Amino acid sequence: MSAAISMAASSAKTTAPRDISELKRMANRMRIEIVKMIGAAGSGHPGGSLSEVELLAALYFRVLRHDPANPSWENRDRFVLSKGHGCPALYVVLAEAGYLDPALLPTLRKLGSPLQGHPDKRVLPVLEASTGSLGMGLSIAIGMALAAKLDKRDYHTFVMVGDGEIQEGQNWEAAMFAPFHRLGNLTLIVDYNHQQLDGFLKDILDPAPLREKLAAFGWNAVEIDGHDFAQVIPALEKARANTSDHPIAIVANTIKGKGVSFMENNPKWHGVAPKKEEVEAAVKELEAKS
Amino acid sequence: MATPATKPKLELRMGAATREAYGQGLVELGKTNPNVVVLDADLAKSTFSAKFQEQFPERFFTCGIAEANMVGISSGLALSGKLTFASSFAVFLCDKGYDQLRMCVAYPKVNAKFCGSHGGISIGEDGPSQQAIEDIAIMCALPGFVVLVPSDEFCARALVHRMAEHAGPCYMRTGRPKAPVIYGPGDKFEIGRAKLHGEGRDVAIMACGLEVGYALQAQAQLEDEGIAARVLDMHTIKPLDEAAIAGAARECGCIVTAEEHVLDGGLGSQVAKAVAKSKPVPMEFVGIRDTYAESGTPEQLMEKYGLTAPYIVAAAKAVLKRK
Repeated sequence: MSAAISMAASSAKTTAPRDISELKRMANRMRIEIVKMIGAAGSGHPGGSLSEVELLAALYFRVLRHDPANPSWENRDRFVLSKGHGCPALYVVLAEAGYLDPALLPTLRKLGSPLQGHPDKRVLPVLEASTGSLGMGLSIAIGMALAAKLDKRDYHTFVMVGDGEIQEGQNWEAAMFAPFHRLGNLTLIVDYNHQQLDGFLKDILDPAPLREKLAAFGWNAVEIDGHDFAQVIPALEKARANTSDHPIAIVANTIKGKGVSFMENNPKWHGVAPKKEEVEAAVKELEAKS
Repeated sequence: MATPATKPKLELRMGAATREAYGQGLVELGKTNPNVVVLDADLAKSTFSAKFQEQFPERFFTCGIAEANMVGISSGLALSGKLTFASSFAVFLCDKGYDQLRMCVAYPKVNAKFCGSHGGISIGEDGPSQQAIEDIAIMCALPGFVVLVPSDEFCARALVHRMAEHAGPCYMRTGRPKAPVIYGPGDKFEIGRAKLHGEGRDVAIMACGLEVGYALQAQAQLEDEGIAARVLDMHTIKPLDEAAIAGAARECGCIVTAEEHVLDGGLGSQVAKAVAKSKPVPMEFVGIRDTYAESGTPEQLMEKYGLTAPYIVAAAKAVLKRK
């Protein structure tokens, strides 16, 4: 286990703020790794991993206050990936940031790997929470934000949920709680890729209008393009700097399968791994953008 | 089964309810440990977590009627270093919060504590929707959880402290009605160590919660009839005191279990598993027989569903014949 988490010597450098062109290159690199990892695993969730890449890259390289050399730092910002099936993207960004040895990425979903099929804090302690049963991350994040207030610490807690996930009722229990308890140190990010396993949200159970619903619950809710760093970074930075008592909700419009043309907007790619030739085609397409 | 309606020989003095002792235990903890945080889901006055709220309002959170969220928040607080105690009625905490108890607490081994009050059918008139009769089974099914069912106020208060000292998830079931006083302030309780009452070698009666009082009454009644019984207070269902159970099986040669819970997956099932591994002996099971109960006074319900002392006496006589 301890070998799984190699502390990058260059941690300070890896988390130094990067400009948008550098972040774009990183996002593309992350997508290549995600496709390769899931292809090698033979199972996994490419669609919802590819949709959250810019949000994670911006968080770990522009927004979160963290130190890969000291992952249990008490005053670190917290990030909880409630949509646990999107963990390949999280593993890749943790590797980019120096929390994980990149050599572990091909072990995704393999027996004994710390990169479990859904995030498992037991074997990857750098994770803030174990997730995978949908609808729970926001409550956990609220607990972390409450603890910050009790301990008079100024860390910020971010949590990312899926848009299909938001159909789970627990989210709305939590959505009532956070504004009522004035958790301005909490930010909810919705990866709004408009699809879930069985198809499009609009055909299953549409949560729209999501921003308006969260605003009505008392969240300071904004809607952005979740793939445009020029919108993602300012929205996350503003949330991190929030001094009001209102928790922040960022409804990030994204494209499921983003970056791989044959995966984009096709619900089939929610939970199906690309075959060898599909990995090759996807990597070729992504490399052409590098 | 025979239903002798004789008045019990042993009159037990009634004390505080175990739920009340939970609240007292929380206050004691709160005074010495500023890290303790208590949560409830709109039943604080009933679970007695309100006692903590009165003294430490800044460390108390009422989550509204939202048990799933409460368990998730407990996890987040505990992951951030807080020592959390979250409570509701056992039926709501364990049933509505079960996925969260599994995902956010048991599976990641989070050091969070939970108390389900109003366990069993002795809550009375509110009826089956409020009566937890499956909580022991479902909590025992969660890997790593400690499951406690205290019998009286002293046991309950002590076990609140033991939960705080234990590193890992814990669940305690408390009851609504006043509980007979079995112990005193000097009695010591350890997680996983049964309390032995008597040295009888004819039959061993293993009970938890309110059934311990009935078991002691049954013991007195049996003694009158020349049958020497020992009673084991199984306040910890998990981890089970397998050594005490094996010893009782060897020395007594038969066992009766008594619980205010369905027979599937509760104390009786757990004891049977342990006995089967160590020293198989005949057993009889006092408990709720695959049914939901109804409204009524606690006394009426405990009698109607076969949980009072005479039923334990009858079970002891039945098991003795099978030795």
